[in-house]
This record gives sequence, C-alpha cells and structure tokens, in this order.
Amino acid sequence: MSSNETRIDLAKFSFLRYMSRDGNLMRLVLITAAIFALMSILSPDRFLTFDNFDSMAYQFPEFGILSLAMMITMLTGGIDLSIVGIANLSGVFAALMMLHTIPDGASTSQILTGIMAAVLLAMATGAGCGFINGLLIAKINIPPILATLGTMQFFTGIAIVVTKGYAIFGLPDQFSFIGNEAIGIFPVPFLIFAAFAWLFSLLLNKTGYGTKLYMMGTNATAAKFSGINNTMMLVKTYMLSGLVAALAGLVIVARTNSAKADYGTSYTLQAILIAVMGGVNPNGGFGTIAGIVLAVLTLQFLSSGFNMLGFSNFFKDFIWGAVLIFIMVVNFIFNNRRAKRRK
Amino acid sequence: MKMKKLFSSNEFYVALTIIGLSLLIGSVNKAFFTAGNMIDLARGSIVMAIFALGTLMVIISGGIDVSFPAIASFSMYVTTKVLTSCNFQGSVWVAFAMAGAIGLVLGLINATFISFFKLPTLIVTLGTASMFSGFMLAFIGVRELSILPPSMVDFSKLNLFEITSKDHFVYGLPAAVLIVVALALLVWFILKYTMIGRGIYALGGDRVAAERAGFNIHAILFFIYSFVGFISGIAGLVHTSLMRNSNPVTLIGTELTVIAAVVLGGARISGGHGTVLGSILGLLLVTIMTNSLILLGVPSYWQRVVIGLLIVIGTGITAQKRSPKRAGAESGC
Repeated sequence: MSSNETRIDLAKFSFLRYMSRDGNLMRLVLITAAIFALMSILSPDRFLTFDNFDSMAYQFPEFGILSLAMMITMLTGGIDLSIVGIANLSGVFAALMMLHTIPDGASTSQILTGIMAAVLLAMATGAGCGFINGLLIAKINIPPILATLGTMQFFTGIAIVVTKGYAIFGLPDQFSFIGNEAIGIFPVPFLIFAAFAWLFSLLLNKTGYGTKLYMMGTNATAAKFSGINNTMMLVKTYMLSGLVAALAGLVIVARTNSAKADYGTSYTLQAILIAVMGGVNPNGGFGTIAGIVLAVLTLQFLSSGFNMLGFSNFFKDFIWGAVLIFIMVVNFIFNNRRAKRRK
Repeated sequence: MKMKKLFSSNEFYVALTIIGLSLLIGSVNKAFFTAGNMIDLARGSIVMAIFALGTLMVIISGGIDVSFPAIASFSMYVTTKVLTSCNFQGSVWVAFAMAGAIGLVLGLINATFISFFKLPTLIVTLGTASMFSGFMLAFIGVRELSILPPSMVDFSKLNLFEITSKDHFVYGLPAAVLIVVALALLVWFILKYTMIGRGIYALGGDRVAAERAGFNIHAILFFIYSFVGFISGIAGLVHTSLMRNSNPVTLIGTELTVIAAVVLGGARISGGHGTVLGSILGLLLVTIMTNSLILLGVPSYWQRVVIGLLIVIGTGITAQKRSPKRAGAESGC
C-alpha cells in the first residue's frame, strides 16, 4: 500500500525532484530566464520579435552541435580541442568534393548525388580524425588536452595546405538549403540541432554505451574492473565527437556558402564554455543534454542582446569569459556548501 | 653513472635532435649556418623563450596556462598607449616596470580563481584570456600604435654585437637576449634552490601529499600565476620594442607553440617534471623547425601541420616513456 503511494508521489513530483536533485540545472534555468528577461527589458522592441528569434535559430545550431561533440569527450574526463579543426577540414573536403563531382549545368539528380558524396566524405573525414584522436589518447596515452591540441593544429594545417589558405566558393544552391532555408517556421539548422540533441539524450540515457560512458567518466579504474573496455570506449567517443564535429562543419559550409580552413576559431572556447555552463564536470562523469541546450540558448540570448545594444564583438569575448568563470565559481560555492552539509 | 644519467635525460635527446636537424637543414641550404640566420633565430625566440619559462613553471605545478599571450598583449598595449599619449620621454625601465606591474595584476586574477575556487587551470585561463583580450579590444583600442616612446625605440636598437654580412646587411643581436638569460637563471634558481620552487614540483607531483608535507598551496599558486603574469608583461614589452610597433593581436595564438615547446623539452603535462634547460632547448627546436621551412623550400602554409606533428610526436614519446611498463626504470631519477 505504502509503495503505491510513493509511486504516485514520485510521478507527481518527479520533475521538481529531478530539478532539485540537479542543482546546476535549476540554477541554469534561472540564469537563462534572467538573461532572457534582462534582454527583453533592455531592448523590448527588437529582442522580442519573430525576426530576432528566427535569426537566432539560424545562428546557434553550429556551435550548439559543436558543444555536443565537446560534451561527450568531457564526460570521459577528457576534452576535444580539435573539433573546430575537424569541422573545417571536413567542410573543406566536402566543398572540394562538390566542386569536383558536380559539373556546370548538372541535372538535379547529379547535384544531389554530388552532395550525398560530399556529406559522406565529410562524415568519414570526421570519424577518421576522431579515430586518430582516440588512438593517441587511449593507445599512446597522450593526455587529451595535448593530443587534441596537436591534432587541432594538424587538421587545420592540412585544411590550409589543401586550400592554400583561400576560401572555397561556388557551391550548389541545393546545398545551401541546409544552412539557409526553413521547413515551416523552423530553420533547417535548428531542426538539425534539435535532432542531434534528441539523439544524444537517447544515446546517453537509454543505451549501454551511455551508461558505460558515465561510469568510465566517474571512475575509470572501477569501470575497467567491472568489465568495460576503456580503450574502445575512448576511441568510440572521440570518433563520435569527430563525426558530430564534421556535421557541424557541413552546417557551417552550408550557412556561409563557403569553406575555409580557419573559420570559427573562437568556437573552441565557446564549446567548452557551453559544456561547463551546462553543468558538465570537466573531470568527467556528469552532465546532461538539457544543461547543454539551456547553455546554448543562454549564450545566444546574451550575444544577440549585446549586439542589439550596440556593443562590439570584442565585448562579447569579455562577457563570455566572465560568464564562464562566474558559473564555475557559483557551482564551486554551491557544491562546496552541499558537501559541507553532508558532513 | 653520470653518463647513464646523461643518456637517459630528455635534454640530451632534444639537443641531439637539434644538432641533427641543423645539419640536415644546413646540408640542404647553406644559408642556415650563416651568422645572419643564427642571429635571426635568436631574435625570433626571445619573446617565446620568456613565455616558455613561465609556461614551464605552470606545467611543473600540474596546471596549464593559455592566457599569457593575452596578458602580454594587454600589458604592452596599455603601457605603450599610456606612455605615448602623455608623450613620455623617460627611461625604458619605467615602461618595463609598468608592463610588468600590469601583467602581475592580471596574473593575480588568474591566481585568485585557481587558488581559492580550485577551478581547473585550463578553463580559468581560457576564460581570463577571452576576458583580457576582449576588454582590451573593446575598451582600450584595436589600432596598432606605430609611434613608440623614444626610449623604447632606443632599447630596440641596443645590440650586443653586430655582424655585417657579405651583401652588406647588418645583423645585430638585441640586448633583450640578456633579459632572457637573466630570467632563465632566475627561474632555474627558484625551481632548484628555493622552498617555493620545491613546492612547485611537490604540488605538481601530488597536491594532497604536498599539502600534508606542509607546503602552503595557496601561496605557491599565487606565486606561480603572478610571476607568470609579471614575466608575460615583460615579454610583451620586449615584443613591442623589437617590432617597433604595438599591435594588440599579433601575440594571440602563440600559446600553443610555447606549450608544445615546453612539453617537447621534457616537462610533463601531468606535473612534477621539467627543467629550464629542457624548455629552452625545446623552444629552440620548435623555432628552428618553423623558421627553417622556408630555407628548406617548404611553403609557409605547412607550418601548422609541422607544429601539430611536433606536439603529437613529442608528447607521444614522453607519454610512452612514463607508461607503466617503464615506470620502474624511471623511478631512479
């Protein structure tokens, strides 16, 4: 009888309980709401418009997807600094593939085949780059920061060598559909991001891989002795990170309608910032997709809001750095307090 | 015993690589072994060497700092902007003191977050780097200053010696090299002969053990990051003087090369290991590698591929050395 009651209680309060258990997430909801309110008050006539939400929905997916790629590597206690390098290299390869396989005046089916080939090439490139990262980290035991620092230079370097530093233009219109059109009122990049966020939450919460990933991130030694092959897990995770980064690269190419070796270098910092803000523990084991989504939205509100208020882009760098450290400090203070209470 | 130690030391192999590489480049292009090229290499590594000394300290303590180029840019840009706007005619020492002091303050900001809030050093310095350069570019200025105070220009013309090449080019070794020598000796002395230096190694080796052994971790962290801020400010000013213009963005992005150089020189990213000699040799190796691509006929856009490979190979070798299988052999030193 009593168990029946508790079940009802749980169903009723599961949301609240979930939120209070995950203090980081609750604070983040508050911060997101506060920033949204602040921007709405500061420039109500421009922030609270359909146009603004529309343009925001085109802007955040590219770094949102990159943040997901960053997040899963941080769940293992590692980091992937090479995601932007992988995105650009895959984008460059995809763009070159399209230019070489699609002749002038090609038929629609020819163009679509070319685009498919380019997307596959980009995905293979991303997975391959991630495989290299995984091997360096899991097999050769290079700390993830250094391994991906090196491969970031290496991948970007290859993209520079291939393009000789120039941007690649002249991609088919059908491809830029991915980056610049909408289905109904939802921009395609937004839908891609939403699909990825959904897939990732399934992957992390409903599959064996996800469970193992959290376990390995919490305690690698314990995970090893409970029969998890940490080497394989790391290689898989970095491959997945590379693959997702490559897809972000495709979205970037489609949106800007060009491919460049050194596009979006500030995205690395942003992706770390979003992951940390979203409650991912840099030491591994903790972090939720809901947190990442909220952090992505918060950053986009901040950056659009500041743009409307006429601040320079450099001021944005300042604010992002400050927000990153602020969130870390707040989390530290709260976690510290909770730890003390437990004692 | 001493010979064995020499052969097992990382410095020995880096030095060997430098010699091998130099012979290779020299055999391809005779211009490599000219006095002019040597002076160019030395000149090109002055600022990076100062950065490397700071990075070494941070890495030994088990941290990683990516904010020093931002600190250097901030310090030197504010210094030159203030001094030129008040038409400063005094000594270059004032400029150095000012840049050093600004660097120190910015370093203290890093230290505060790292020490009191126990935040990961990479994330703190990524954040502060973004803050420092964002603040500078948004509020202080983005334009390059090409007119410097006269004392700074004089400083840049101050050469230890000059050599005139066959085609009547005058190559001078800047006196700023002495700053590198002095700082290298200072850092070596601190690391080897002072309690705080031993504390830095202890902290990097095992934080808890260091704390129990009685080291004041807060004091050590504050010392490291403020000292690194201070010498980054000095490095920034040296950079501006040698370039004879003050550009707020040219140094940004050098952090990866410096970290790569220090790690190649044998410092371990996990902390507790590293030497001044190794870092300087590592830096020379990276400088020779990147500066000589052109002499080898390799287009300069290959540079990043080479740096990336250097980091991966260098860290791969050190990672293999300290893998469990070899741990027993290594514990001797």
